[in-house]
Amino acid sequence: MASTGIGAPVRRKEDFRFITGKGQYTDDINRPGQTYAAFVRSPHAHAAIKRIDASEALASPGVLAVLTGADLEADKIGGLICGWMIHNKDGSPMKAGAHPALAVGKVRYVGDHVAVVIAETQAQARDAAEKVAVDYEPLPAVVDMNEALTGKTVIHDVAPDNRVYDWHLGDKAATDAAFAKAKHVTRLDLVNNRLAPNPMEPRAAIGDYDAGNDAFTLYTTSQNPHVARLVLSAFIGIAPEHKLRVIAPDVGGGFGSKIFIYAEETVCVWAAKRVGRPVKWTSDRTEAFLADAHGRDHLTHAELALDERGKILGLRVHTKANLGAYLSTFSSSVPTYLYAPLLSGQYDIPAIYCEVEGVYTTTAPVDAYRGAGRPEATFVVERLVEVAARELGQDPAAFRKKNFIRKFPHQTPVIMAYDTGDYTASLEKALEMADVKGFAKRRRESARNGKLRGLGYSAYIEACGIAPSQAVGSLGAGVGLWESAEVRVNPVGTVEVLTGSHSHGQGHETTFAQLVSDRLGIPIDQVAIVHGDTDKVQFGMGTYGSRSGAVGMSAISKALDKVIAKGKKVAAYAMEASEGDIEFKDGRFGVSGTDKSLGFGEVALQAYIAHKFSGQELEPGLKEGAFYDPTNFTFPSGVHICEVEIDPDTGVTTIEKWTAVDDFGHVINPMIVEGQVHGGIAQGVGQALLEGVRYDASGQLVTASYMDYCMPRAKDLPSFQVGTTVTPCPSNPLGIKGCGEAGAIAAPPAVINAITDALGHEDIAMPATPQAVWQAVQRRLPAIAAE
Amino acid sequence: MAMTMSGEFTLPADKATVWAKLNDPDVLRACIPGCQSLERTGDNGFAAVAKVKVGPVSATFKGKVTLSDIDPPNGYRITGEGEGGVAGFAKGGAAVKLEDAEGGTKLTYDVEAQIGGKLAQLGGRLINGVAKKMADEFFANFAKAVEPQAA
Repeated sequence: MASTGIGAPVRRKEDFRFITGKGQYTDDINRPGQTYAAFVRSPHAHAAIKRIDASEALASPGVLAVLTGADLEADKIGGLICGWMIHNKDGSPMKAGAHPALAVGKVRYVGDHVAVVIAETQAQARDAAEKVAVDYEPLPAVVDMNEALTGKTVIHDVAPDNRVYDWHLGDKAATDAAFAKAKHVTRLDLVNNRLAPNPMEPRAAIGDYDAGNDAFTLYTTSQNPHVARLVLSAFIGIAPEHKLRVIAPDVGGGFGSKIFIYAEETVCVWAAKRVGRPVKWTSDRTEAFLADAHGRDHLTHAELALDERGKILGLRVHTKANLGAYLSTFSSSVPTYLYAPLLSGQYDIPAIYCEVEGVYTTTAPVDAYRGAGRPEATFVVERLVEVAARELGQDPAAFRKKNFIRKFPHQTPVIMAYDTGDYTASLEKALEMADVKGFAKRRRESARNGKLRGLGYSAYIEACGIAPSQAVGSLGAGVGLWESAEVRVNPVGTVEVLTGSHSHGQGHETTFAQLVSDRLGIPIDQVAIVHGDTDKVQFGMGTYGSRSGAVGMSAISKALDKVIAKGKKVAAYAMEASEGDIEFKDGRFGVSGTDKSLGFGEVALQAYIAHKFSGQELEPGLKEGAFYDPTNFTFPSGVHICEVEIDPDTGVTTIEKWTAVDDFGHVINPMIVEGQVHGGIAQGVGQALLEGVRYDASGQLVTASYMDYCMPRAKDLPSFQVGTTVTPCPSNPLGIKGCGEAGAIAAPPAVINAITDALGHEDIAMPATPQAVWQAVQRRLPAIAAE
Repeated sequence: MAMTMSGEFTLPADKATVWAKLNDPDVLRACIPGCQSLERTGDNGFAAVAKVKVGPVSATFKGKVTLSDIDPPNGYRITGEGEGGVAGFAKGGAAVKLEDAEGGTKLTYDVEAQIGGKLAQLGGRLINGVAKKMADEFFANFAKAVEPQAA
């Protein structure tokens, strides 16, 4: 069975339907009598709504309703929520403004939801939306965080200085003391550019109301349908949970942006009852740029204290995090608890102090995007470390090695207790694979061709598998972050696994089946993975933070343990042996010391026909469930090395080589893991070289299409050299650490470190477009002339 | 997003004629590209409807136009704001000055405008080109309107 078990590079079972157009995405679903929603969005970054006149829209062909925030209020539908409470330095709670699904009184960013038009066809809904006359009184936009913090323009009355929170982590006194005795301090100001998530499938929703049962169904593009149901039910008040079914069918990518509970989905499910017919909305690409939660957007000042040998003594970080105009579902946690606890990186840093200000601006909400806080932390740490090594005239690899954590478990000064790792092993393997020894020669060759060559490292760490429920609860999370699974064995021995994880490209139908194949000794085509439907799956917290392997599969593993234990009981009756003598191996239940055995399917049949035991002694059937709550975060880590060549005449950066050596613990499917690494690096390179959401000073989004927002393409990327090292994770039964975000976390500092190495100065911001690099080359020219 | 534009035209008519035509709604309606209606709503105010296409975005703008800083026959300031529904909004103004010049009257204009919504999102990088083209078209039409009529 090894061919489809753990560690086998099994081809993805789900890909056949995806690449032959047989997938069933939300927009592929059509309900009888379906109507269409079009949203009237604010063209202003900030404005008071004086009046909404829907009369012309209502008189337009096919229009059934025009609904506004007042209608939501009339139906007592609550606002959207932020599910993670952050406290200020003084212990007071963060200042969160109301977030109605349709604006009440004021709009706060371009794309904010003012009204919804529901009509017979999508075209009629969109045409009528143009006829909704909204009388706005424009207010000043505030896009820049420093300007926002002056409080000259107030976005939410509850936060008069637009500061959502002023939070900190770490020991300030100990850090100040470390800096006081430092022989060298490296200082950097860093911008972590704002990104649009850009999943291939835009968001979509269909709300359906069954008047006969007074029950709702929401089909939606969600990474966590149960969380969506919980929030829509318990907080927003659409319907009690047993009257609300959320189905997230095939979902074409999310990168975090489909975790959140947004206005559009909320409005569709609510409006379905209002109009008495199903209501469908599918985002177009510009709407996605406007209203999907963005990622990153930090301004950071960071300082690293070093002793005379280059040993790190302390780290001080001050970050301003742009949270946009409203707090999205988990936005408050991203620049705080998903960020600062990773600031120790792979390094033994005795003292760390981090302050974070969360800031409202008149821009789209910002929330988790692939890596969520950890890419921002890694960018700070890996840029600082690289620059420190350069300032001290030390080799960046040797400098890192000298400061690596070597003993595990390791308690950092910022919450996290790293369980295991071998950072030196990853670095050495990467140095070898990247042929760093040959770099000097390659650099000389580039110079002969008039090109600048640079080498950049990134030794990242991340915290995945989020997370122990008690731990996140103590940090302010509104939910527990366990996962659940149910394993249903059919009488013929085929298996259905119901999981609370949600696959939106990760390949769970393959990897989860591999676990079952491995444990039960059955081929993967006898295993079905069921997810994404709250009526089928018991409960689940969904997929994000690289948690589906470490947490989701651990829940399945626990349920499989129970299935095997029950199977042993059934087998004992069936073979008239003592339960203690039953061994399960390679798919067969055997009686130890004899040649008697039964296959897994035979035992399953015995469990269901129940002829060999009395129902009073043993319950018939073979179905087990489990909830798994991890004992710690997992800590994937690795070293990426990027080698670039820059054409100083055009500013074009070419990535010549990319080496990635990652420690993901045990790997279920190396082919899928490698694919995750590839995709992550591509997204990280996108951030470093190409992508950037831009608002102009008046708050207009000027990157709202692919004409102006540049995504990475195959030609921007080299063929990656990917390797792994393995230190199994001790905090889950499978030894898995998670791999979904590693590339996106590791890549940006690797690229920028390589570019700054090539340029010979540190003055370049992301995205390092050809124009930015060319300008940076020009700034360097006087120095070259002086040499 | 902000847009600025300036330029000058020499018109084949004397200052008084040009000034009169600049204050004649019928002339302006005929000259403004895409203008569907322009009606006087007060001494110095007009209601206007104009159809505009910027790249992939086309919209019918409804708005009001106001004249201020009126200094006959030397110039005025014309300001306007319009809502184009989901296409967004445009607002702004132009200082228009008239001077005697060889062969007629020199008209200089200085435009400052703000656009928002879909116009900025999709048409942002096209807006300056479109605005320049519209201005050229307006003045070409206007030059014809002020030309002495052939006998």
